[in-house]
Amino acid sequence: MTECVECGADIALHDDLEVGEIVDCTTCGAELEVVDTAPPVLERAPELEEDWGE
Amino acid sequence: MAVDSLDDGGTDTEAVTASIIGGSGFTGGELLRLIAGHPTIELAEVTSRSKAGKSVGSVHPPLRGTDLRFTEPDDLESVDVLFAATPHGVSMGQIDEFFDVADTVVDLSADFRLESEAQYDEWYDGHDAPEYLEKSEYALPEINRENLAGAELIAGGGCNATATILGLYPLFEHEILDGDEQIVVDVKVGSSEGGAGGGEASSHPERSGVVRPYAPTGHRHEAEIEQFLGTSVSFTCHAVDMVRGASATSHVFPSGPVSKGDLWQAYRGEYEDEPFVRMAAGGSGVYRYPEPKAIAGTNMAEVGFELDPSNKRVVVFSAIDNMMKGSAGQAVHAANIALGLEETAGLEFTGLHPVGAP
Repeated sequence: MTECVECGADIALHDDLEVGEIVDCTTCGAELEVVDTAPPVLERAPELEEDWGE
Repeated sequence: MAVDSLDDGGTDTEAVTASIIGGSGFTGGELLRLIAGHPTIELAEVTSRSKAGKSVGSVHPPLRGTDLRFTEPDDLESVDVLFAATPHGVSMGQIDEFFDVADTVVDLSADFRLESEAQYDEWYDGHDAPEYLEKSEYALPEINRENLAGAELIAGGGCNATATILGLYPLFEHEILDGDEQIVVDVKVGSSEGGAGGGEASSHPERSGVVRPYAPTGHRHEAEIEQFLGTSVSFTCHAVDMVRGASATSHVFPSGPVSKGDLWQAYRGEYEDEPFVRMAAGGSGVYRYPEPKAIAGTNMAEVGFELDPSNKRVVVFSAIDNMMKGSAGQAVHAANIALGLEETAGLEFTGLHPVGAP
């Protein structure tokens, strides 16, 4: 288990995690980038800017 | 009146019987739909004076093919639980008769939501059976679960109040707000809130496409919100072009510093283990904040928030299906708890995607 850096919830990660992989938190939905695997370290993933049609 | 029935596994289970008073309206139809799919509750009767003798499927299309007809409400058989989906003011006048036929009554109207006769004098048109007010329990499990087990009279929450309370409740429970702050709530609601009867303002040519403020001040649901949050809110509703849904946006201004971490701690603390609350607060994907479309037809509430440090504001979003979490679903959820049934029984539907306007 690793903690989400956005909401603090536990995130279950799969075993063959790779650096650079993007995972999402099932509690808050944040996209997180794997920056290390042993042990797993997650950071908030950079987002594409979108205008959402506004 | 417990009866034996078979569950899907073929084992004997103890079923409970239920009847619905006022089953031809929208929330009555939702109750019918939920009980038809409930593994433990068996429907005995559904009443409607205007539709007596007609099949339930003739009024509620999803129930076509169901061998059940509306009956007159004057001669009810005894059941374990009675759901009343009647307009405000009816249940308070008939509550003694309701308890003559059932040990547990779940009322979907506003008749037993408030704690005192004085509140009904202030917000409604008084009360005919105030002696029942202290016996009633508010149906929203997220804030009143401990009092619902074994409750005999359950009062379903108002849809707009439910959306608002669920959004703001964690901020009070975790002392981010203390009740002295100004709170501004704007709720967008679908046309089904007006019920099946409708009126001139609800006709399709008039209602279609509107963003219409209604009850811009003094909405009756403010009374419930104040009762359960302990503070008054500045509350306005807009009728918008949806059929189902209530989407509340609450603007709050905490007196002290608040971080995203504080907010997540509050919301996760209250709702992470709740079966019918999902959190959406920025996240990722298309649906980043609570959205009525995403929970249409379900008993789910979605809640979320965003921080606005430059204005010292927290904006809170909450979305429900007004006829489900805001009425019939909440009623069945509360009845499940009151009767000692599986809490989520009959309420497992998680919604459709993609889907059109809810």
